[in-house]
Amino acid sequence: MTATAHNPSAGCSAMLTPETLQKFDREIAKYPAGCQQSAIMACLALAQEELGWLSMETIEAVAGYLAMPPIAAYEIATFYAMYNLKPVGRYKLTVCTNLPCALSGGVHAAEYLKEKLGIGFNETTPDGKFTLQEGECMGTCGDAPVMLVNNRRMCGRMTPDAIDALLKECQA
Amino acid sequence: MSILGAINPVLTAGLSGDDGWHLQAYVARGGYEALKSILAKKESSEKIIAEVKASVLRGRGGAGFPTGLKWSFMPHAVQGDRYIICNTDEGEPGTFKDRDLIRYNPHAVIEGMAIAAYAIEANRGYNYIHGEIWELYQRFEEALEEARAAGFIGQNILKSGFSFELFAHHGYGAYICGEETALLESIEGKKGQPRFKPPFPASFGLYGKPTTVNNTETLASIPFIIKMGGEAFMNLGKPNNGGTKLFSVSGHVNRPGNYEVPLGTPFAKLLEMCGGMRGGRKLKAVIPGGSSAPVLPADLIMDCTLDYDSIGKAGSMLGSGAVIVMDETTCMVKALERLSRFYHEESCGQCTPCREGTGWLYDIVRRIEAGEGRVDDLDTLEYIAGNICGRTICALGEAAAFPVQSFVKHFWDEFIYHIQHKTCLVPKDVQWAGSGFHRLVEEA
Repeated sequence: MTATAHNPSAGCSAMLTPETLQKFDREIAKYPAGCQQSAIMACLALAQEELGWLSMETIEAVAGYLAMPPIAAYEIATFYAMYNLKPVGRYKLTVCTNLPCALSGGVHAAEYLKEKLGIGFNETTPDGKFTLQEGECMGTCGDAPVMLVNNRRMCGRMTPDAIDALLKECQA
Repeated sequence: MSILGAINPVLTAGLSGDDGWHLQAYVARGGYEALKSILAKKESSEKIIAEVKASVLRGRGGAGFPTGLKWSFMPHAVQGDRYIICNTDEGEPGTFKDRDLIRYNPHAVIEGMAIAAYAIEANRGYNYIHGEIWELYQRFEEALEEARAAGFIGQNILKSGFSFELFAHHGYGAYICGEETALLESIEGKKGQPRFKPPFPASFGLYGKPTTVNNTETLASIPFIIKMGGEAFMNLGKPNNGGTKLFSVSGHVNRPGNYEVPLGTPFAKLLEMCGGMRGGRKLKAVIPGGSSAPVLPADLIMDCTLDYDSIGKAGSMLGSGAVIVMDETTCMVKALERLSRFYHEESCGQCTPCREGTGWLYDIVRRIEAGEGRVDDLDTLEYIAGNICGRTICALGEAAAFPVQSFVKHFWDEFIYHIQHKTCLVPKDVQWAGSGFHRLVEEA
């Protein structure tokens, strides 16, 4: 691994809570000494969990923490689809529209959501509550239609009633 | 519980309720006995690999490569770290079997990894888990804690002198990381772009060290093979197709879910276990092995048995065992459009034929679907698909080409109809009814 002259913690400790940084260290400890770059995916996900999205400053700070070049961290943030590179609504809903889901209503569920929320894919409602995204294969095809809430909560069998209930729960 | 049925189950035998995944329940089912016996007898690596070879276990992630043979590629004389990697980056559309193994039987995966590590002399391991299902990452980490506390993982396991450290690593939304060398790049903290082969991971793997990558279901099968013996496992299936296998059934059936059946089980039997076709409608086509596998029309698949040889002979692949069932309400152009969009989105961009070709395939299928198709589009699709195959570093190129080639070949008339009439052969309201969603809106 290429080590750069970054101070490992300066940027991150100003930006992230000590709890998040503890989680960083737990991830880093999984890899052999000198291979801390392996923790970049987990650390970016943890930073996003705390801050909601990844700004250039956040990505650079995490890169500094892992003593890797910022460009290498930016490559990760842009390559993997679940990182938010701009602010999203309080609830990011990712609907699977791939074939297995589509056969059981995935595309229709997405259309229903667009209508309900009054937004298209990659848009956020004016109140900043919901962002809608089109996702693909989440590995839960048997429970179609499926959608993912904020990258963490998997919701299956999203019939119109279940979608209504989810939106109501988020509005509360 | 979404394991909905089984015949002579091995991997899912005795699983019940939400607590069955814990160490205590796994031990009560006979778990960790295989590992204990190997360590107590100081079994030789050759003997374990021979047993796995005798089981005719073939890689359950999609490629179907013989597991024992793969293990035997690990070099003996190399010093330093050696790795066993479990591939739980389950993103092949239609596949959701490894999810249930991690959810309901994670210790079988851990024990399988420990035995594999012993056999290939690995001292470290990672389980790369699909990032979309966070619950799995948490579940596996909890199971690891239990295994460590009980001394099945860690330094000097059960005072045998054998040490093995195992950790969970998660992905974050990249289908390509299911390819084993892309997965290794991803663990190293890089973009998931597949490596040129050779060298193969056995000689140059994670951090350049000797490495073996196996699928979750493959590794979960190992403890049972050691316990029952390779030959007994083989005999559960049929020659050249050892054991039972999990099939993830999605689409137009009454009970989509996971089913564990012996290899060689007739497809018709699996369909019956799924409660038959939704609404009693007619079967139109099946993708038998995940979205990368060529589609088979109803008459071909109904004659198949579920094993590598029978499905291969019919012109498709058993793949990961993801069975995507389509009934007569399916527009095959729309179905292909969904798949082509996926491969275009998921191409890692490294090889030009795949990066550009998947985009062209998607553009053309999309315009046919939108009623803007041209008469020569089908020839163009074949030309592009044919030129992707064999010209890329990894198999994603073929995975994008196979659906295009097989859909056009088997449903040529439907594609022609779509081009000539600028609309689907299957009326839109019939498609809506087929998805089940429309009916539910009406009722609501």
